[in-house]
Amino acid sequence: MVINKVLFDIMNHDLVPFHQIISEKEKTDLLKKYKIESNQIPKILDTDPVCISIGAKPGQILKIKRKSHTAEESFSYRFVVESSV
Amino acid sequence: MERTNSITKKIGSIYFSLLSPNEIRKMSGTKVITADTYDDDGFPITMGLMDPRMGVIEPGLRCKTCGQRVGKDKCPGHFGHIDLAMPVIHVGHIKSIRDCLRSTCRQCGHLLLTDKQKADYVEELKKYEEEGKNKAPLFKQIITESRKSDKCISCGREVGKIELDKPTSLRENGKKLTPSEVREWLEKIRDEELPLLDINIKSARPEWMILTVLPVPPVTTRPSVTLQSGERSEDDLTHKLVDVIRINQRLQENRDAGAPQLIVEDLWELLQYHITTYLDNQTSGIPPARHRSGRPLKTLAQRLKGKEGRFRSNLSGKRVNFSARTVISPDPNLSINEVGVPRKIAEELTVPVRVTVHNITWCKKLITEKYSKKNSPDDYLAGVNYVIKESEGMKRRIKVTEKNAETVSEKLEIGSIIERQLMENDLALFNRQPSLHRMSMMAHRVKIVPNKTFRFNLCVCPPYNADFDGDEMNLHILQGEEAKAEAEILMKVQENILSPRFGGAIIGGIHDIISGTFILTNKKRKVPIADASHILGATGFEGKILKTQIEDGKRYIMGEDIFSTLLPDDLNLEYKSKICLNCDNCTAPKCPHNAYVIIKKGILKQGTIDENSIGAFKGRILDRIIRDHGMDAGREFIDNVTRLGIAVITLFGFTTSIDDEDIPDEARRQIEEGLDKGMKKIRNLVKAYENDELESLPGRSLKETLEMEIMRATGRARDLAGEIAGKHLGLENSAVIMAKSGARGSMLNLSQMSGCVGQQAVRGERIHRGYQNRTLPHFKKGDLGASAKGFVASNYKKGLSPTEYFFHSMGGREGLVDTAVRTSRSGYMQRRLINALEDVKVENDSTVRHAGGQIIQFTYGEDGIDPARSLAGKSIDVNRIVNDIKEGV
Repeated sequence: MVINKVLFDIMNHDLVPFHQIISEKEKTDLLKKYKIESNQIPKILDTDPVCISIGAKPGQILKIKRKSHTAEESFSYRFVVESSV
Repeated sequence: MERTNSITKKIGSIYFSLLSPNEIRKMSGTKVITADTYDDDGFPITMGLMDPRMGVIEPGLRCKTCGQRVGKDKCPGHFGHIDLAMPVIHVGHIKSIRDCLRSTCRQCGHLLLTDKQKADYVEELKKYEEEGKNKAPLFKQIITESRKSDKCISCGREVGKIELDKPTSLRENGKKLTPSEVREWLEKIRDEELPLLDINIKSARPEWMILTVLPVPPVTTRPSVTLQSGERSEDDLTHKLVDVIRINQRLQENRDAGAPQLIVEDLWELLQYHITTYLDNQTSGIPPARHRSGRPLKTLAQRLKGKEGRFRSNLSGKRVNFSARTVISPDPNLSINEVGVPRKIAEELTVPVRVTVHNITWCKKLITEKYSKKNSPDDYLAGVNYVIKESEGMKRRIKVTEKNAETVSEKLEIGSIIERQLMENDLALFNRQPSLHRMSMMAHRVKIVPNKTFRFNLCVCPPYNADFDGDEMNLHILQGEEAKAEAEILMKVQENILSPRFGGAIIGGIHDIISGTFILTNKKRKVPIADASHILGATGFEGKILKTQIEDGKRYIMGEDIFSTLLPDDLNLEYKSKICLNCDNCTAPKCPHNAYVIIKKGILKQGTIDENSIGAFKGRILDRIIRDHGMDAGREFIDNVTRLGIAVITLFGFTTSIDDEDIPDEARRQIEEGLDKGMKKIRNLVKAYENDELESLPGRSLKETLEMEIMRATGRARDLAGEIAGKHLGLENSAVIMAKSGARGSMLNLSQMSGCVGQQAVRGERIHRGYQNRTLPHFKKGDLGASAKGFVASNYKKGLSPTEYFFHSMGGREGLVDTAVRTSRSGYMQRRLINALEDVKVENDSTVRHAGGQIIQFTYGEDGIDPARSLAGKSIDVNRIVNDIKEGV
C-alpha cells in the first residue's frame, strides 16, 4: 500500500497519540533499562497508518506519549515489524 | 519439609509425535490375542488383556516385565499391543489424512504443485519461522493451492475429488477408499515434501495415521475392581479392548478362510467402529458405545476432556489433605482474624514439627500430656497424632494412641517429625466457594471452640459472601514454615481489609453493630454508669474513668464519650452521617438531626455514628484509622466496634416486628387518597390517548408516550405513598433505625410494606403479556388502566388481591431468571478471563509481563500504584493534605 498523497495528517488527530521514532542510543538504553530484547516490546506493523505517516521502518522502536486516566501522561513503546501482506 | 533426597530437574522441552507401528511393537510388553482377562481360578491369562507383563495392580505381585511391585518400587505399567488384521483409520487424524490426500497425487505421491511453487512455499515457511509468526494460514493456503490443479504435474494422472464422510470414511470421485488404499497412498508421499504438509519428518510419517498396530495401555491405567460379592468389574477401556480383539479375531479368521468380500468388509467396518469409539466415544455421526446397563462408556478422550476430565479435575485442581469442611455460624466475640475451629476437627488436623535439640522435651511432653490423668476432659490440649521416623531413607509413620503414647514419647529421636494437633493461634486458610476474588480465601488464627461449626466474626461475611442459612466453608492448615510466613504477610484478614477493587475497606461494621453505635450516639444518650461500665468492659477498656454527669442524683456517662474510647487520640474528622436528610438549607456544624459528625483529637463531639462512620465501603473513621495507623489498628478497631455495638444493642434491647409497619388510620386515608388521585390521572391519560388528544413526546410513538407517562405516574404514586408512610414512621421505630442508619433494609422496603408496593414490571415495561388483548380474564379486553397492567396498590402488610398477586409473581419470576442466567454467564466469562491472564504479573521494575517475557504494560496501571493502597484509585489525597495543613497538624 502506497499513499501518494496525504489528504489528511492523522498525527494531528485528537485520538492519535504522539508517536516518535527513537534513536539508536535511546533504543539500546531502553533495552538495557528493562533487560529485554526488542521482540519483547509490544509490536506495531509497518503498514500501520501511524508508521506510514511518520516513516517508521521495521526494526525501529516508537515511543508513544498518551494521556492516561491514572497518571495524566504515560509512555509506551512499540517495536515496528514487517507486515506479511 | 521433604526435600532431603529429591533431585529437582527442569523440563527443557517436550514435543508430541506419532508412534510408528515399529515403535508400538518395540515398547510393547506383550502381544494381546485373547479377549479374556482372568481364567476360572482368577489368574490373569497370558497374552490376555490383564497379562502381568503389562504391569500389575494387586499389591505384592511382581510385574513380569520389570520385576517391580506396584507399591514400593512402583512398576509404572507397560504397554501391550494388538496386531490388527486390517488397517484402520485413526479418528483423531482424519482431517490431516484428508488434507494429505487432497494435496498429493495418488499415483506418484508428489505434491500437486509446480517446483517453483514448492520452492516459494519453502522460502515463505522459513521466513515465517524466523519471525515467529503463526504458520497455520500458510499451510491452509498450500492445501487450497494444490487442490486447484486437476492433473498431476509429475505423472499426469487426473486428480480425483476427495470427500470426507464423517467420521472416518473417505471417497475419491464418489468411490470409497479402504483404509488399506489410503495407507498405500500416504506411503508414497515423499519425505522432502512433508514439511509443506505441516508434518515434521522427525516425528511422523503420514501413513502412521492409519493404525496397523493398536497399543494396549498398561493394566495400571485400567485397573479392575473386585466388588464385595467377589465379582470382578472391569474398566471401560478393558471392555472396549475386548470388543476390538474379538472383532479383530473374527476378521482375521474370515479373511484367512476366504469368506466373501461383503462379510469381510462388514467386519472391517465394525472393527473401525470399535477402534473409533475406543479413542473417542463422543465422535459425532456414530452412536456411542454403551455399557450393558445402557450407560455410555468412558473411553480415552472422555478421560481427558471437560470439567470432570483429567486436566480440569485432577491436574489443575486436586483433593488435599490437612483440610476440613463444616457448617459456619457467627461469633461476635471472635476477632475478625480468628476462626473458631471445633475441637473434633482440631484433633484431626495436624501441623508437622521437626524434633530438634531445642524442642525435644516439649515434643515428648506433647505426646504424653494429652492422655495423662491430670488433664480434665473438658479442656482442649493439643496432642500428637503421628510420629514420622526417618532412617536410611525409609519413612515410618507411627500412630500415637493412648496405649503407646508413653513408649513413643520415650523413644522419640532428634530428626523425627511429629504431627501435632491444632493449637490456638495456628495459621489456617479459610475459604468459601465460589472463590470469586482474593478475599474469598484469607488466613485466620485458630481458636478452638466446642460444638461442630466453624465460627467467625460477622464483619467478615461480606468478603466471603457468606451467611448462616446452612453455608459450609473450608479450612486448610499450612504445613511449611515458608507457607506460614507467606500467608502471614499476604493473606491475613487485616491485610485484606482494603480491597484492590477500589482502594477502600470492604470489611467493616454491619447490621447490629451499626444499629448499636447508632443507638448509643444518636440522641445525646445518657448511659447510667452501671450500664456504661458493662459496655466498656465488653470492649476491654482500660484507663481513667470517663467524665460523668449527675442528674437526679444518678450518675451518667454520655454515649459519645463511650464511643470515643475506641478512637485514636490524633483523629480529626468532620463529615455527614448516613442519616443526613440533605436539607435545603443545611446548618452543617449545628445540625438539628445530629447528622453532622465532628471528631476532635479522638473525641466525638457530636454526630451520629452509623454506616458512614464504621461501615464497609464508606466508613470514614474506619478508613482514616487504617490509613493513619495501619491494618492492625484497623482490625482492632473493627473488633472493638463489634463488641461495643453488640454490647449496646443487647443492653438496650432492639426488636422489630410487623407492627413496626403500622401507620395511623389518618395516614392510611391519605395514602388511599393519593393513590386515588394517581389512578385518576392514569385514567385521564388513557382517555386522552383513546380520544387521540395525547401529545407524543419527541422521538416516541403515541403508545410509547402513554406507557412512559403511566410509568411515571405509577412511580410517583408509590413514592407519594412511601413519603406519607415514612412521615408517620419515626426514628423511635426499629425498622426505620435500621434503614436510616444503613444497618439493614431501606426506606423503599418499608414503604412497600406499609404504603404501596407499586408498579410491577417485566423487561422494564408494564405487564402486557396475555391472551385476547388482556393480561387476565378479570379485566376488559384492551384495558390500559393501572390495575389491569400490573400496578399493585396494596401493601405487603395489608396483602395483595389475587390479580395483584399474579402480577407480583410475574415480576418476581423475572428477577429469579435473571440472577440464574447472570451467574452462569458471568461465571464462564470469568473463567475465560482468568485463563487468559493467569500468567501475567507485575515484575520488580513495575513492568507488567507474561510468562513468555513479553511486556504488556511498561508501568503497572500507567502510574505504578497498587489500587488497594490508593484512595479510590487516586494515589494522593489532596483534600487531606490541604486540610492537615489548615489544621496545622
